[in-house]
Amino acid sequence: MTDITTMTVGELSRAMESGELTSQEVTRSYLASIDANDEKVNGYITVTADAALDAARAADDARRQGAKAPLLGVPAAIKDNICTKGLKTTCASKMLENFVPPYNATVMEKLNTQGVPVLGKVNMDEFAMGSSTENSAFKITHNPRSADRVPGGSSGGSAAVVAANEAPFALGSDTGGSIRQPAAFCGVVGMKPTYGRVSRYGLVAFASSLDQIGPLTKTVEDNALVLGAIAGYDPHDATSVNNEYPDFASGIGQGVKGLKIALLKESFGQGLSGEVKSAVLNAAKVFEKLGAEIVELSMPSLDKALPAYYVISSAEASSNLARFDGVRYGYRSEKYDDITELYQNSRSEGFGPEVKRRIMLGTFALSSGYYDAYYKKALQMRTIIMKEYERCFQRCDLILSPVAPTVAYKIGEKSHNPLEMYLGDIYTVPVNIGGIPSLSMPCGSDSEGLPIGMQLMGRHFDEVTLYRAGAAYEAERGAWHLERGAF
Amino acid sequence: MTYKGYEMVIGLETHVELKTDTKIFCSCPTTFGAEPNTHVCPVCMGYPGTLPVLNGKVVEYAVKAGMATNCTIARYSKEDRKNYFYPDLPKAYQISQYDLPLCEHGWLDIESETGSKRIGITRIHIEEDAGKLIHDDEHGTLIDCNRCGVPLIEIVSEPDMRSAEEAVAYLRKLRAIILYTGVSDCKMQEGSLRCDVNLSVRKVGETQFGTRTEMKNLNSFQFIAKAIEYEFKRQVDAVEKGETIVQETRRFDSVTGRTSAMRSKEDANDYRYFPDPDLPPIIMSEEELERLRGQIPALPDQRKEEYVQKYGLSSYNGEMLTGQVEIADYFEAGAKLTKHPKVLGNLIISEIFRLLPQDSVDIPISAENMAKIADMCGDGLINSGTAKKLVSRLWEEDADPAEIVEREGLGQINDRESLASIVAEVIAKNPKSIDDFRKGKLQAVKALMGQAMGRTAGRGNPNLIQEILDAELEKLK
Repeated sequence: MTDITTMTVGELSRAMESGELTSQEVTRSYLASIDANDEKVNGYITVTADAALDAARAADDARRQGAKAPLLGVPAAIKDNICTKGLKTTCASKMLENFVPPYNATVMEKLNTQGVPVLGKVNMDEFAMGSSTENSAFKITHNPRSADRVPGGSSGGSAAVVAANEAPFALGSDTGGSIRQPAAFCGVVGMKPTYGRVSRYGLVAFASSLDQIGPLTKTVEDNALVLGAIAGYDPHDATSVNNEYPDFASGIGQGVKGLKIALLKESFGQGLSGEVKSAVLNAAKVFEKLGAEIVELSMPSLDKALPAYYVISSAEASSNLARFDGVRYGYRSEKYDDITELYQNSRSEGFGPEVKRRIMLGTFALSSGYYDAYYKKALQMRTIIMKEYERCFQRCDLILSPVAPTVAYKIGEKSHNPLEMYLGDIYTVPVNIGGIPSLSMPCGSDSEGLPIGMQLMGRHFDEVTLYRAGAAYEAERGAWHLERGAF
Repeated sequence: MTYKGYEMVIGLETHVELKTDTKIFCSCPTTFGAEPNTHVCPVCMGYPGTLPVLNGKVVEYAVKAGMATNCTIARYSKEDRKNYFYPDLPKAYQISQYDLPLCEHGWLDIESETGSKRIGITRIHIEEDAGKLIHDDEHGTLIDCNRCGVPLIEIVSEPDMRSAEEAVAYLRKLRAIILYTGVSDCKMQEGSLRCDVNLSVRKVGETQFGTRTEMKNLNSFQFIAKAIEYEFKRQVDAVEKGETIVQETRRFDSVTGRTSAMRSKEDANDYRYFPDPDLPPIIMSEEELERLRGQIPALPDQRKEEYVQKYGLSSYNGEMLTGQVEIADYFEAGAKLTKHPKVLGNLIISEIFRLLPQDSVDIPISAENMAKIADMCGDGLINSGTAKKLVSRLWEEDADPAEIVEREGLGQINDRESLASIVAEVIAKNPKSIDDFRKGKLQAVKALMGQAMGRTAGRGNPNLIQEILDAELEKLK
């Protein structure tokens, strides 16, 4: 029999349904894989073996009693900024090192309802701020494809544990590329759903108007399955959208004939590595061969998305993270004589440098006298970018672009140059600014065998077409992860 | 009111707690007086990952308050974050409204003994309340989060008031209107109505405003009036001495009756307001506004007008009686049963208001009995002193006032002859007073009057006695 940990979510689900496997066997296999591999990968902050096995047993019982759900018994890893009741949720920050939420995020309620055992909580950049997971207060996660490289970030742990077969799927969060870029760096599939598609209730907020939770999986089909389990309107999140959502896998198998896929000329300019560029352009040829029409379009303001993103996200973060003041929960400094010192010392000691940088940037951007020049202008840019996307999607169904300018870089290579790190988000942040969905998936390897990612972007709430096209590509070229395996 | 040639300019910011069942952004109850931290949840405690969801009732209530104060209701408004650190503010920002409030450009009319005046209302916006800090010698500072997220409206007036009396009249009227609409119980003692006073001074005739100070959280009408009067004189004296008024927040000490500086504007926060990304804009449809408009009851001014027209009450008394809907209802119930509604109105204002504890509207005397007292008084069967005593008695025990009058012989003595003999006796026995009267001391008349009333055990018809006394004294001149 094949190694359980190499199976996809779909395969596991079918095998459990047919009685070939039990959730307990599956969960045990993954826990064994974590035991064997996580020392190298460093993906998990917390492993919850006992609770996972209890949940697996419950899932098996439920299945025996006739319960059915696409993810019943399929275990998962959860990014450590998604609140799990009774289970530490650290945001990879000293500030929340011992924080145990008194409630579950809505996505966790949904996974619980489906009967998903939680293997543990995975590493990330502190409060999701970063692109390499090097900003974790606790550990450096290694890219399973090349141990001296970063897994990307901020959902680096989520991508790495899926790539290392330490979880069949993981949940991440994406504010400016935090699901898609690590998926690309680790050779797995990541979806940033339409803003409002998945409830943010229980996701520790970084930038509220940009954050979305999404799945990281081995294949496109798996991704559609998991999104189906976590999507939907939530009365606890006023920004979640109250509309019926489709079977996200419903387009899979329909091919791309008749689809118009656009390449934006602004996405293939300076700063893009040659190997990434040719891999993405090759992918365009594959789509063309499969019957899609490739068109070239332009979004003149695309380069304004990055500065707008850093202003908006930092501004919102400065306010969202103000609650971490040492008063009610989280880290409290031991050095204080009055309330002001308690605030200052708790925050100075509890937050890492990148988080402080963004808080200061955001506080500045919102300050009286600067608001109009920075925050207001960034909001205006956001409106312009949204309009440009709208115009593009009148002339195409999907936009194809690189995910990141390069493949995974070396650990330490960029960690002392925040600006260079920020420039790595150039292809991913416009999607969050526009609120549109985007699927990141491998489209080849570089000369060293490192995965290269492409992203497909679609109209608001049109994840179905993204999965349809992604699955067509995967059917033609094979799922990168399944072919290479872990490590 | 002027002082040394200066007048005061007053604008009020009033916070009113809305009496929705649940909080503004979560489903915790809003009930006052619960054990600390029992009406809390992750949302109102600002736990990481939680999100606010606006309670639709809060918008409805705020819109009603706006409609009742003649505001324009925004078809599109939004909520903003006001960022500052304080231990009673769990998220370190308060969700409020900044540049697009729900209601704007309203007004209300106040009635004082000097006449009526229109006071502008700049805006009404919705926001969440903060928690409460409890300072305890044993444990230090404790935080009670029950109040976190209790819905408030902030009502900002134009700087249209020129005296403490006007400020209090404005607040009374505002309270009355809000009580009528039923969106708050406006209990100052429980903090469901709180008021900040902005005050500046300028020379009479000057059109520019002076620098203002703000006095925060004054929790009774009496304190508000005292604080205003003190602050007015303080500012005038300071300006006269050549000092500059600093824009600052001042605290009113109810024991000393003085105000003192709390913090100046220089070290005030930059609140870094920005639109709350967790909350979509508030869009009001025409249909929704119409529906809410239909729920606004007859307001104090409408009922006051009726009292003036139908019962011949003065505008001022009408205003007093319509201050609380329960009192107005009580008056109306009694007015239907008496031949003398005007007397009834006076009795309620002078006697019932004296006996009612602050914030209470529970009157233990039935409207029927009050109507009977008003009838006896209006018909001259008892005098006003007796009416007053009857009200006090019935406040303590329920009884038929006509029976008390009958049984205890409290009826008014209207017999001219017996009253004349009493007056004659009083004049004979008080040569000193007569002497004083001849010297032009009017006080003497009052003393004689009191003597005469005393001899009737308070039952004499005071008008008649006065008439007889005046006539007798005229003869002695």
